[in-house]
Amino acid sequence: MTLATQSNSEPNRRDFLYFATGAVGAVGVGAVAWPLVDQMNPDASTLALASIELDISSIEVGQSVTVKWRGKPVFVRRRTQSEIDEAKAVPLSDLKDPASDAERVKEGHEEWLVMIGVCTHLGCIPVGEAGDYNGWFCPCHGSHYDTAGRIRKGPAPENLIVPDYDFTSDTVIKIG
Amino acid sequence: MKKFTKIISAVLIAASTLSAGPALAAGASDGPDPVLQDWTFAGVFGKYDPAQLQRGFQVFQEVCSSCHSADLFSFRMLSKEGGPGYSEEQVKALAAEYTVIDLEVEDGERPAIAADRWPNPFSTPLEAAGSNNGIVPPDFSVLAKARNVPQKFPNWIGNYFTAYQEGGADYIYNLLVGYHEEAPHGVELGDGQYYNDHFPGHKISMAPPLSAEIVDYEGTAPETVEQYAKDVSAFMMWLAEPDMTARKELGFRVIMFLILLTGMMYLVKRRLWSNVDH
Amino acid sequence: MAHQSNYKPNSGFEKWMDERLPIIRLGYDSFVDFPSPKNLNYWWTFGAILAIFLVIQIVTGVVLAMSYTPHVDLAFNSVEHIRRDVNWGRYIQAAHANGASFFFFAVYVHIFRGLYYGSYKAPREVLWILGCTIFLLMMATAFMGYVLPWGQMSFWAATVITNFFSAIPLVGDSIKTLLVGGFAVDNPTLNRFFSLHYLLPFMLVGVVALHIWALHVPGNGNPTGVEVKSKADTVPFHPYLTMKDLFAVMVIMIPFAWFVFFAPDILGHPDNYIPANPLVTPPHIVPEWYFLPFYAILRAIDFNVGPIDSKLGGVIMMFGSIVVWFFVPWLDRSKVRSGGFRPMFRWFYWVWVISFIGLTYLGAQPAEGVYLFFAKLCTAYYFIYFLVILPFLPRIETTKPLPASISESVLAKSAPKAAE
Repeated sequence: MTLATQSNSEPNRRDFLYFATGAVGAVGVGAVAWPLVDQMNPDASTLALASIELDISSIEVGQSVTVKWRGKPVFVRRRTQSEIDEAKAVPLSDLKDPASDAERVKEGHEEWLVMIGVCTHLGCIPVGEAGDYNGWFCPCHGSHYDTAGRIRKGPAPENLIVPDYDFTSDTVIKIG
Repeated sequence: MKKFTKIISAVLIAASTLSAGPALAAGASDGPDPVLQDWTFAGVFGKYDPAQLQRGFQVFQEVCSSCHSADLFSFRMLSKEGGPGYSEEQVKALAAEYTVIDLEVEDGERPAIAADRWPNPFSTPLEAAGSNNGIVPPDFSVLAKARNVPQKFPNWIGNYFTAYQEGGADYIYNLLVGYHEEAPHGVELGDGQYYNDHFPGHKISMAPPLSAEIVDYEGTAPETVEQYAKDVSAFMMWLAEPDMTARKELGFRVIMFLILLTGMMYLVKRRLWSNVDH
Repeated sequence: MAHQSNYKPNSGFEKWMDERLPIIRLGYDSFVDFPSPKNLNYWWTFGAILAIFLVIQIVTGVVLAMSYTPHVDLAFNSVEHIRRDVNWGRYIQAAHANGASFFFFAVYVHIFRGLYYGSYKAPREVLWILGCTIFLLMMATAFMGYVLPWGQMSFWAATVITNFFSAIPLVGDSIKTLLVGGFAVDNPTLNRFFSLHYLLPFMLVGVVALHIWALHVPGNGNPTGVEVKSKADTVPFHPYLTMKDLFAVMVIMIPFAWFVFFAPDILGHPDNYIPANPLVTPPHIVPEWYFLPFYAILRAIDFNVGPIDSKLGGVIMMFGSIVVWFFVPWLDRSKVRSGGFRPMFRWFYWVWVISFIGLTYLGAQPAEGVYLFFAKLCTAYYFIYFLVILPFLPRIETTKPLPASISESVLAKSAPKAAE
């Protein structure tokens, strides 16, 4: 293909140069391509809101608060004792997505229920203190969640999701 | 040949006449020349000095921020690498001292968090102008990139080789130390105006903001106007270009890589063409 | 294409493809087997450099458009958001802004090469005209792009340039209002500039494809100006010129990286870091450096000529300075193509280059006093070069004898070496 007569005396050195240059060039191309793709990943201002802190000291027993976290609503409910007892009394075999009440809350803080307020069926926001199980009811397709946010009736496949959260103190939770 | 020599001499005479003239920058071209400073972040290996940025931030907080906004300054920048180097806890505590507008909460305002931006000292531009001689004090976010010192031709050619990008910091420093108690003979100042060597037109509506010992520095840095001016100018450069240190470090590696690859490409080209008359 | 295709499909798939859409054949004929003169110097690498920068601008531009907001209240802050928050945003934005400067630097070198070596002469006139069209598209694209950050210079450049149109007699004001979408440059203007800034580069790609096609019909010119006579004069494009072009691209990447990483704002104007304010004009409105020569020509016309007032006169001369390029293939009456064999022409050419650089400098100075005088002088020479020197110089110049062929001129160069 080339006009030049190939010098047979040093084919290995020639090929090595071409190969090495190609390899270094490929590294360069990769180094340029990666930022062009990575720029689509969440930027610093989005990541800054990846966790939020919430002061729960003013929430009374039987009261719910909804906050925005990562663009979605999060239900924070301070449950009454009867709601807690009701949740604990449910046998796991009754549940489509079995989970004990203890698994839904943090140890020592079983009053507090923190869940992403998005129905696990098709994403509508359920209404609180509604439905047949005294918990949440999703008006879109009729899913009923109980006092621990677990799916009891209706098309939703899973319980309302509990996000990663921690009690950084008795009055402050950090979500995310 | 004679004709060409004539042409070339004409061009050179033109160049020397024109070199006395102003070039592309703002700033007063009469009066004393600004004194260019040594900045830690200048040059290929420049870096911000975290201690200086902390002092500059303190000057900003205690003096400038009562009138000047910094709308693009997020609290979280303070704990980011390459900056003043506060910890995340310190930033959280600092932010909580400030109130930001949030229309989604009761009362429409709440304490700031790290993700929030520096709150504006005034609620509307009209209010800002009203308290400041009819002029809105310029926002600090990119102010250090919106200013430059006057550059004489052909001096600015060298800037391309030194990557001089500190013109804004030099201008701000010189402005802050360039106030005069009285206007020089023959210059009339209006109400609320002050004479400054480096402000274009020399008549500035900002009262000299700095004076000795106006800010209490914790460490051993001198509490002089020059030191405050230096520190706040560096801080303002950081506000405008927070990632400069990382950018220069990456740039060095990129250029080293490119030199390597270019050298190899040259050898490839030479090898390929070695048997062709050209 | 002008030369016979030697492509032989290597695999079953290639044969199948070749029978349905011979695109691999096209690629092979155009960029692999394509016979190119073997004496091309490095001024010939700028075509490839331009192609790379077009790709860089499109790729970085599409990426920036993912985070940019074309609204007067949000544009400035969205650009700062890109620089500060978007991953790698500082570098992508700096590459796009400085890429435009490098794009123009390369295009001026490319055009000046054409003017020196007579690349525009028959049979390459259409190639040259397509190139001039590309240049106009580049100018429009760059102008609109500069408006997008919505700084003081963005806004006032938009105001000044759109005001040119009102200089047109009778219909000027209506045209300007149509372009601007209102009584003054405002949100409608910004939004439509964003749309067109995104569109024009793709039109540019189309014209570039025509440009390369128009080149491949006669084949490349070369420094001697003597056309290819036989295969002995040529080398296949790949790997000889692909690798040489790639090397040249790598060389220019080094100063490009220098600007992007160490001096990303040095070619810009500090006033563009002040958000646009329609009520405050900056003390010196200056376009980006690559528009300065034309800006100098515009401002050099500060006198009326009969019914044509100085504003209209300036606009006519400014556009005229580019329109005159389109006619160069017919203005230059020399029978000898390359400046390398035209000693007298060379002086006039280099003075033209120096005066073009001079106009670049003068475009940034105040339009008064000694600056205005030299701007008028350089503008006068600029037009005299095209309208007087190019047509009439061939009548009086003596050209050097041309080599019989490219091979002969190449052998003549290496013969003294062989004799040692």
